[in-house]
Amino acid sequence: MYAHSSESLIKQAREIQESELQKFHSRLGKLLQGKELGHEAVDSLQRLHIILSATKYTRTLPPELHKRVKALLSSPAEQFQVLSSAVLRETLPPSGQELNYNQDNFLQLNSHAAALLLSQAGSRADLSSLCAQLLRSLESRQSEGPANSLTHTLPILNTILTHSPDCLTEDHVTLLSKKLVDWLRYASITQGGGVPSGGFFTGPRSRQPVPTAELDGTVSGDFFTVLCVGQGFTEDQWMNVYSFSMLRHWLLTYHSVSNGNNTADTDDRSEVDGSVVSMVSATSSSSRLLPPKERLREKAFQYCQRLIEQSDRKAHKRTDTDLQKACLVEAVCILDCVCGEDASLVYRTFPCIKALFGRLSSDLSFARVLLPIAQFYLNHGEMAAVDCECVWKLVFGRFPAELFNNQFLAHELLRFLRLNLESLQLRVPQYSHSFPNLLKFLAWDSPAVVDDFVDLLPSLVTAGTAVELLHTLLDLPCLSATLVLQVRSTCLPISEPGGRGLLSLDAFRSQSFRGLFLFLLRGEAGSGDTIDRLSTLHELLAETADWSRVVQCAQTVPVLLHIFFNTVIAVADEKLLAHLVQVMLERSSLLLNIPKYNKEIHRVFSSHLLRLCKLHPSLVVDQSHELLEFAGATAKVYSKEEIYTHVVWVLGEYLSVSCDSRCSVKLITSCFETLEAVLFEITSSAPPPGADCPVPRVVTSLMSALAKLASRSHDLIPRVSLFLSKLRTVTRGGPVAWCSDEEDLVAIVTRGEELWSLLKAPGVAQSVLTPPALVTSPQWHRDTNVAMLLRLRALTNLTHSQ
Amino acid sequence: MVRCFLIHTVCPVSALSSGESRVLYSRVFGPDEGAWSDPDRGLSPEERRLLQKEKITVVARQVRSAVSLSREASGRLLVETVSGEEALALQEADGGVARLRAGDPFSEEMSALWLAVQSLGFTLVCEPHENLLLAEGTLRNLTRHCLETLHMLGPGSEVLLRSNRVDALLSRLLPHGQLLFLNHRFAQSLEKEVAAYLAK
Repeated sequence: MYAHSSESLIKQAREIQESELQKFHSRLGKLLQGKELGHEAVDSLQRLHIILSATKYTRTLPPELHKRVKALLSSPAEQFQVLSSAVLRETLPPSGQELNYNQDNFLQLNSHAAALLLSQAGSRADLSSLCAQLLRSLESRQSEGPANSLTHTLPILNTILTHSPDCLTEDHVTLLSKKLVDWLRYASITQGGGVPSGGFFTGPRSRQPVPTAELDGTVSGDFFTVLCVGQGFTEDQWMNVYSFSMLRHWLLTYHSVSNGNNTADTDDRSEVDGSVVSMVSATSSSSRLLPPKERLREKAFQYCQRLIEQSDRKAHKRTDTDLQKACLVEAVCILDCVCGEDASLVYRTFPCIKALFGRLSSDLSFARVLLPIAQFYLNHGEMAAVDCECVWKLVFGRFPAELFNNQFLAHELLRFLRLNLESLQLRVPQYSHSFPNLLKFLAWDSPAVVDDFVDLLPSLVTAGTAVELLHTLLDLPCLSATLVLQVRSTCLPISEPGGRGLLSLDAFRSQSFRGLFLFLLRGEAGSGDTIDRLSTLHELLAETADWSRVVQCAQTVPVLLHIFFNTVIAVADEKLLAHLVQVMLERSSLLLNIPKYNKEIHRVFSSHLLRLCKLHPSLVVDQSHELLEFAGATAKVYSKEEIYTHVVWVLGEYLSVSCDSRCSVKLITSCFETLEAVLFEITSSAPPPGADCPVPRVVTSLMSALAKLASRSHDLIPRVSLFLSKLRTVTRGGPVAWCSDEEDLVAIVTRGEELWSLLKAPGVAQSVLTPPALVTSPQWHRDTNVAMLLRLRALTNLTHSQ
Repeated sequence: MVRCFLIHTVCPVSALSSGESRVLYSRVFGPDEGAWSDPDRGLSPEERRLLQKEKITVVARQVRSAVSLSREASGRLLVETVSGEEALALQEADGGVARLRAGDPFSEEMSALWLAVQSLGFTLVCEPHENLLLAEGTLRNLTRHCLETLHMLGPGSEVLLRSNRVDALLSRLLPHGQLLFLNHRFAQSLEKEVAAYLAK
């Protein structure tokens, strides 16, 4: 599909020689001088476009050629309009030929010339004058130009609005509001075009105006909208389509509540709430008395209501059914917008929205339409005192559980959550418990939505659910595998003909393991942190470890864990943090066996274990039992050396009286003995079969930890010193079974010697290995002894000339 | 509004490194946002154009990565279709939407809708509040037209040599980046105009 010829074309275009280019330019210039421009001119212009656009650096045209191409912008043949616009957009005008935005001949501006003006507008002033000209042309109602010369006006205005809403003055806004009202509400309701729908026998007499039809074929009974059809269309019907297409953006730009013009509406809401009668009369009174902006709001409201009604009809064509859904989304969003502006409309709108919800809520194919409805409920539900429970059940319940594999729904739902986070946390009590369901989106399609979860995860971390959330995050790859199995289970037959069934799929379908999978697929938190038979689950899912979806999911877990820990520190008390430390220790050996996954998780655990203990040193004494149990298992030295090293380190560093007064000599001694046993074991024999030699860092951290503990309980010093000197002796005798690298061994022995000499002076050892807090966070300028020295030094440096 | 429409490669290209994408067609709508946003105020028009081109490349690259990850995850085999089987190619196409964070590369957050037909991707970058249902339908329609009028399923470099056809198509179906609510009759009428243009 992608051809080699395209590559060579681009290469040629980029590498064209200057001389060749000049020849081409002059040839093209000559061509364009001719009266009749034919295929050769078209091809040459196209090639010029390739040359200009193939490189990101700007090439300019010689002034003569530039002028000739510019003249083509008003050519009667559209092909030349298109090509000249495309060419000129890829280059810059030579000096003196810049586009003049103050010209009056914009009235004949075609769409392609307008595109050029837009793309090269250099300032707000340029855009403002373009706007002014366009509006003037709208006002003067060109009858000479082609029928669609007006239609591109609205899109151009809309795109200018996006970048610079203040390009339109107050008068312009009023004028356009009036025009929009006319087109939206008062477009003709008869079919345009010249073809009468009569048969062979119809004559001129029966060429009566035929009314437009609805999408299901019935005759339209009300004003024209985008969901009306006809054989041909009149100009104002076209403008109806263009107007509706830009309506939401227009309302968002000029009618938003933060706009200063709405003080009359937003003040004294109590007045609006109290008097229902006055609202009814306000709506039924002639809307012609309303100022243009309010009138537009009212007409927009009516248009949307009509669209909602029209969307209930059964359209004949599939594309029209899709359009109906898109119209529903747009209509609800516009209603949301106008209700935000004028609170009195809420009472008129809610019945309609509620009815729509009732109609669509059971049909999952309308899920994407239900999201704007949920937004409406969120914005106005409280004011109208409507119960929103059923809406949240859908959004947090059915949608993630059943539509997790719908990319677009995932994107829109997560965006909805991101934009309304504060509101949701306030109004939807089950939000923080809905993470098992929401994470299904992530488990299914991690690359597409991980960005959203980076933003959302902090809001899902609460003290009550933190432990369960941690377990769920660690088992996300399992959830991923389960979702794949769930999807496959519904697609594949019960027994595969080839007999090559998946073990995991069989397990998924079998009764005895159902509970495990059902736990993973649960919708809400609160029924338990995790399951007992987690290791069984991991075994059953072992073959899924190389499935792409599972691997992609596993790659996102470390990042989410970092966010989790960073957030949980702020909301957790010591008890919870202690629990989390336990979970980390437990789960470090209980993870789905995906290559690199275990290592990555251990790395995350290590860094956060460190951080937690640094913030709350008493955690170490508190959890000393669990930590010692972990540290005492020699096997961990070989399989989990990253986290093992850190556990040993925190034990050495924080198991002291200065960190927690509960720390007893007995505790220090028992810790010492545990670590001593492990160190002894790993340095006295070769590693077990299948394992590598212990990482040098493990050995040195064990030694350091022992030294630190000994410095706090001096009876232990002789034992350490003995070990260290024995170590030195053994290693002098040549290579050892437990260390394969010469340099590593030297490093270990050096460290051992340092510690040994340090421990010869117990008092010094204590202050070095267990420094008081004052030393570790120095504030030298405050210390009375040290400060004087610093001051003198500073003064000397200042006063002495260099 | 739609900010831009791209046609770019989503397969490995020998002249480029593995993650990169060759942009075959790009159309940015509306005024250049760099013209008055503060950090770029000091830029000359050439620099602005360069910046815009770079932004397009970034979008193409991100979509390329999204496409390859999505295809890898779904594990579906790519079905090769030939000229004449456009409808089938479209049915088999992968689709999705990527979030482009604010600043990466546009100053506001955007949604990049993509449709990957074999080795090429068709991308619409939409502003966040845009009606994505409508955008999705429009993208499908545009892709179908591009596949048909540019004979993209066959060998050949029509995309480059006939970019004016895509321009004309966009000027009708997506004028200046405006998504349109077109029922089948309005769409037919516009498609007739496009067909008339192509006939010349």
